[in-house]
Amino acid sequence: MNAPSVDLQNFLAAQEKKSLLRFLTCGSVDDGKSTLIGRLLYDTKLLFEDTLASLEKDSKKFGTTGEDIDFALLVDGLEAEREQGITIDVAYRFFATDKRKFIVADTPGHEQYTRNMATGASNSDLAVILIDARKGVLTQTRRHAYIASLLGIRHVVLAVNKIDLVDYSQQVFDKIVSDFHTFSARLNFVSQVAIPISARFGVNVIETSNQTPWYTGPSLLAHLEVVDVDTALAGKPFRLPVQWVNRPNLDFRGFAGTIAGGRIRPGDAIAVAKSGRTSKVARIVTMDGDLPEAVAGDAVTLTLNDEVDISRGDVLCDPHGRPQVSDQFAAHILWMSEEEMLPGRQYLLKLGTATVPAQVSALKHKIDVNSLDHLAGKTLHLNEVGYCNLALGSALAFDPYRENRDTGGFILIDRFTNATVGAGMIDFSLMRATNVHWQALDVNKQARARLKGQKPVVLWFTGLSGSGKSTIANLVEKSLAAEGKHTYLLDGDNVRHGLNKDLGFTDADRVENIRRVGEAARLFVDAGLIVLTAFISPFRSERRMARELLGEGEFLEVFIDTPIEVCMQRDPKGLYEKAKAGKIKHFTGIDSPYEAPERADIVIRTVETSPEDHAQAIVKYLRDKGYLG
Amino acid sequence: MREVAAEFANPVMLYSIGKDSSVMLHLAMKAFYPSKPPFPLMHVDTTWKFREMIQFRDDTVKRLGLDLIVHINEDGVKRGINPFDSGSSLHTQVMKTESLKQALDKHGFDAAFGGARRDEEKSRAKERIFSFRTATHAWDPKNQRPELWRVYNTRINKGESIRVFPLSNWTELDIWQYILAENIPIVPLYFAKKRPIVERDGTLIMRDDERMKLKPGETVEDRLVRFRTLGCYPLTGAIESDASSLEDIVTEMFTARTSERQGRLIDSDEKASMEKKKKEGYF
Repeated sequence: MNAPSVDLQNFLAAQEKKSLLRFLTCGSVDDGKSTLIGRLLYDTKLLFEDTLASLEKDSKKFGTTGEDIDFALLVDGLEAEREQGITIDVAYRFFATDKRKFIVADTPGHEQYTRNMATGASNSDLAVILIDARKGVLTQTRRHAYIASLLGIRHVVLAVNKIDLVDYSQQVFDKIVSDFHTFSARLNFVSQVAIPISARFGVNVIETSNQTPWYTGPSLLAHLEVVDVDTALAGKPFRLPVQWVNRPNLDFRGFAGTIAGGRIRPGDAIAVAKSGRTSKVARIVTMDGDLPEAVAGDAVTLTLNDEVDISRGDVLCDPHGRPQVSDQFAAHILWMSEEEMLPGRQYLLKLGTATVPAQVSALKHKIDVNSLDHLAGKTLHLNEVGYCNLALGSALAFDPYRENRDTGGFILIDRFTNATVGAGMIDFSLMRATNVHWQALDVNKQARARLKGQKPVVLWFTGLSGSGKSTIANLVEKSLAAEGKHTYLLDGDNVRHGLNKDLGFTDADRVENIRRVGEAARLFVDAGLIVLTAFISPFRSERRMARELLGEGEFLEVFIDTPIEVCMQRDPKGLYEKAKAGKIKHFTGIDSPYEAPERADIVIRTVETSPEDHAQAIVKYLRDKGYLG
Repeated sequence: MREVAAEFANPVMLYSIGKDSSVMLHLAMKAFYPSKPPFPLMHVDTTWKFREMIQFRDDTVKRLGLDLIVHINEDGVKRGINPFDSGSSLHTQVMKTESLKQALDKHGFDAAFGGARRDEEKSRAKERIFSFRTATHAWDPKNQRPELWRVYNTRINKGESIRVFPLSNWTELDIWQYILAENIPIVPLYFAKKRPIVERDGTLIMRDDERMKLKPGETVEDRLVRFRTLGCYPLTGAIESDASSLEDIVTEMFTARTSERQGRLIDSDEKASMEKKKKEGYF
């Protein structure tokens, strides 16, 4: 049978016509989520014989359903969770019917797994929210609905499960549905369908059941097969985040990426969002020949009519429907790390194909994911959602998340661990970013420095309390002043009496403290001065942030490396004594960490030598490097 | 794939010669056209692959004009590790998992593409598309980075690496339909043919060379078989089939009632065995 049979042709034709629905299931531990997915896989005949045999074996060993097949065992994958009987991560499942293909993201229900749910939701168009009919709408039901809505899901199915355990009661079902609607009216759902089901017995899962004659709607599967979730991305303005510039030889320069919105044909005008440069599309290049058109979701390579400077991270767009370009915007952030989010700390922000340094400049409020109430807060903890202003190291092109998930959703990355610590959804651009421009001044840093006969620089002293930072910095300044150099010393304690007197010693306040000092140091460097700062500055991130505020060669990190035992012995201000007695909280080295520099420019070990000798060594370093003119 | 080429210093594509690798390679050719993929292919050879696979590998590389690195764990060869005497799990551990780690370390690759799919096996269903590995190549399923939208965190420190699975969301049927639609060349072993078969413990093993010794009572028979998945020949079970073209295979697929990994002897060693292998650094 070498010629394709009629059966095969029909089969392939049918496959091609099938649309894909990506949906998410969420529910609490015992709501029967895994059982429901197992049931869908089983009843759509997607299970192979060997998988079934292994399931029957496992059901006897681990099962919680007696002699019956335990469908949940089909989808709980990792060893630990199988033993605990709960799902702890996102698992993806695939099945298909004659009408549609499905990818299911199965996510856990506990509050501590909000981030997993958000991950699943970010790639789904519909959410199936499970409710145990015996328990009704719970706090977690509301949380699931809110997260789904926050991540841009517009269609929900409320699956009221275990309806068999409440005697298929319509009153119970109606009450749950009305409770849910009261809450969801504040969310952004386009369609909400409630279905009474029993995953274990297959009631209203694949076919409607005569156990619930009062229910006249479709079965769950029938609904999933027909629900229209088209987000019409192809109808939106054209967006192509440039992923890679293809240059096999001097004659070819192609811009490759996946279209995030709209459609494009050869001859169409495009603009580079950030630079505003325009051109026209010459070709849509593929290995199988040029294309006449490409739409959202296609991975393409475009060539242009003109030589335009474009690199990875740029966004090509429709000149008549441009994205916003700004270095400041407001966004919802879902925090995903054990380590709290600190406003002012620098993270890396990745949006589409662009990665830039970014900081949360203000946490406007937190959102209680259970009640939607706004709460005041200074930091965000794991699984918390906050509404924040962000300031970026350089401007980016973006759209509000509700208009385009691909150009409006971003992740935040920790600069040291490289972990993904937050997910953000852009709300709108903060216009002041586009309205506050740098005033170009005629007398610049170079001119001011020349006048003083020195190269401006920050000597950033870091070390434990009592390590000798202030003492040595003071000696260095005296010595420089004696040589006629222009200097300024910013001392930790002194600054806290003025500029930073509103700040305490929590991690969030320490970050803000250093940010302000970094900015002040930058202004003094701009004035042509040699600046000395003496702050504990315990966190690597903030020292790096200060370094990045300044130009190449304008920041020297001086690590005063004195062991904590010695500092405690010296204890010039009696602070260690108080901290040990519990009278001072968040004291570095006692109950707050000190992160030693990994590559300081100058390292001073104070135990063996006198402070004067150290000061002279630092002055010599400055002279050798040409800072003293 | 272009994300990897743009973000990593030294990526590599692990090429196992199977159908998934063929599709992955085809996608790479398309993604970078008219350039060639800006990374080499690497095959971790256990020395027990089917001869037809090696032939196909060499032909493919020559046809497409790509760089191929072949890595064999010479230490394992010296120790005489083989699937018959050492057992399948030790053989896989030494000649595949260890060998792969050796090769990645030797060349300092910071990103490696693999053809694994989420539909293959339970623990793979939870795998990320960009899967983070520590400097010792370990996979910690509880400490993976969340993946939102299509934004992938590609940041790593020196010595760490990322495994990338571009075919994560493909199913076996998708693979075959794509091979059919794009007319992608695959190893002839996937097509039915009369082959010298030994039936051992209920599995049909093709005797590809003399290294496979017959046990008492075993005979070699010519039977009409094909393979749904390819690995080391002593560890790969054939199925009886007369599907000799791509169309036949897809037809057989949509009526199939057994999952493809059944032919793989390494999965059934013990329950949750794949998860263990992955933690140790297997793909």
